[in-house]
Amino acid sequence: MNPENFIADHIKSLPRSGIRDFFAIVSEMPQAISLGIGEPDFVTPWKIREASIFALEQGKTSYTDNRGLLSLRKEISKYCASFFGPEYDPVSEILVTVGVSEAIDIALRSILNPGDKVLYHEPCYVSYAPSVTLAFGEAIPVATTPGQEFSLDPEAFEKAWQPGCKILMLNFPTNPTGGTADREKLERLAKFAKEKDLIVISDEIYAELTYEGEHVSIASLPGMKERTLLLHGFSKGFAMTGFRVGFGCGPDWLIDAMMKIHQYCMMCAPILSQEAAIEALVNGSEDVMRMRDQYHKRRDFVIRRFNEIGLSCHLPRGSFYAFPDISITGLNETEFCHRLLREQEVAVVPGTAFGDHGINHVRASFSTSYEKLVEATNRMESFVDCLDSENAHSAAI
Amino acid sequence: MSDLLSILQETADPRPERLAKILGCTAEDVESELEELRKNKTLLGWMPLLNPTHHDLEQVRAVIEVKISPEREGGFDRMAMRISKFEEVESCYLMSGGYDLLVFVTGKNLRSVASFISERLATIDGVLSTATHFLLRPYKDHGHIFEEESENQEKPSVSP
Repeated sequence: MNPENFIADHIKSLPRSGIRDFFAIVSEMPQAISLGIGEPDFVTPWKIREASIFALEQGKTSYTDNRGLLSLRKEISKYCASFFGPEYDPVSEILVTVGVSEAIDIALRSILNPGDKVLYHEPCYVSYAPSVTLAFGEAIPVATTPGQEFSLDPEAFEKAWQPGCKILMLNFPTNPTGGTADREKLERLAKFAKEKDLIVISDEIYAELTYEGEHVSIASLPGMKERTLLLHGFSKGFAMTGFRVGFGCGPDWLIDAMMKIHQYCMMCAPILSQEAAIEALVNGSEDVMRMRDQYHKRRDFVIRRFNEIGLSCHLPRGSFYAFPDISITGLNETEFCHRLLREQEVAVVPGTAFGDHGINHVRASFSTSYEKLVEATNRMESFVDCLDSENAHSAAI
Repeated sequence: MSDLLSILQETADPRPERLAKILGCTAEDVESELEELRKNKTLLGWMPLLNPTHHDLEQVRAVIEVKISPEREGGFDRMAMRISKFEEVESCYLMSGGYDLLVFVTGKNLRSVASFISERLATIDGVLSTATHFLLRPYKDHGHIFEEESENQEKPSVSP
């Protein structure tokens, strides 16, 4: 038996996530300080956990409606109206999913025919291009650049457009760059999406963690609700990664199509997570603000330290990631990460794990305690100083 | 709340040099803000948070509901201050409800606490009655939970 014959060709050719390779190395160094974690360091607020425990005590262990508990969808509808702007019908325009990752997958599978093209910005979350490939689409990356603090660049999207493009995929604030999109640029992009008749998939999972200016959803712009799938969830803002619950809001015909896949593949999100999500929406906003304030202060500290060290770093306007430029060290991003881990026991993630446009950058999460951030940045300073000495020595020779 | 106060409440290491690094200012700036906070009595002092269940630190703690007679001049204040000055008294609050003062007392053992209450506190002129409750086991104090949840050992150290 040849196992190769039993793996689908498009899976065989799918590259492994660079972040997984790096994880394998870091996991053997438990003493290392990790700035490589893509999730909140806060435990889910107790009131949210307690709501889930209470639901369990009440014997809520069943399936739910495929679309999710109606009571949750009603709360999602209220939350979207107040936070993002658009009003969605809880019955027909909202689908509760197992995290935003599931929503991305089923949205792409619902929309794409083989060969259809998807424009997305890069560096970006690791799953975007593979998810397009898995849906037999063609992923077309559009660079966001350090010169523009990795913010939305509508002109770059316009230039990258080609016949066959069907979807515009956005993620602002962005993992890994912290880039955001202001209203003016979103308006220009919305005009472009309408002209080219594109569907927008807008993953706004970090929306609450916006530190500068207001978060604007493209779905809130005139004429965009009908062609936008707004994706959001509880993992980041509410620190609920392990609950695996997210949602998609969009036109009923798209939600219906996604439902077809969701009902066969997933059935429904876990009921205990849905119960926790209701509590998060009803009573969790103060906790979100408290955590956001913490990230904000840590961001200011980390960015200042990186720039002091000589690792040029723009101010991430959202998310909990810094994305410094490491080219001054003379190392590429992968060498930098491996040597930093080996020599100073600090883990950061190579920027190219988030696409080729992450070249010369690394992602450092500031979702960790001050104690660790102070120590990690001190060690990075020593590392960069050592590299400077090495480089000076080499130049002298 | 100032950034300094906010960070002081989160950190276990209040050295000015370290706080200065976090805040992006000089240690002198931190010292001067701390001095200002002391002067205006926002910052009253430092207190380590000790684990009362540690065998070296084991003490008997009691909470006492005290009824007192208010006075024409100053109400409950003079009596409350008088009681607060005993070193056995850890905290003292004026309360609404069925009694007047809530007094937290610590002592080396049951006998020392009992004798403080019966011989010193209850005998003060103006103290009408006391009701004492001994604290059996702490679960949370000053925001600190004594038996923290175990850290998730399987949480990945790098994730997307």
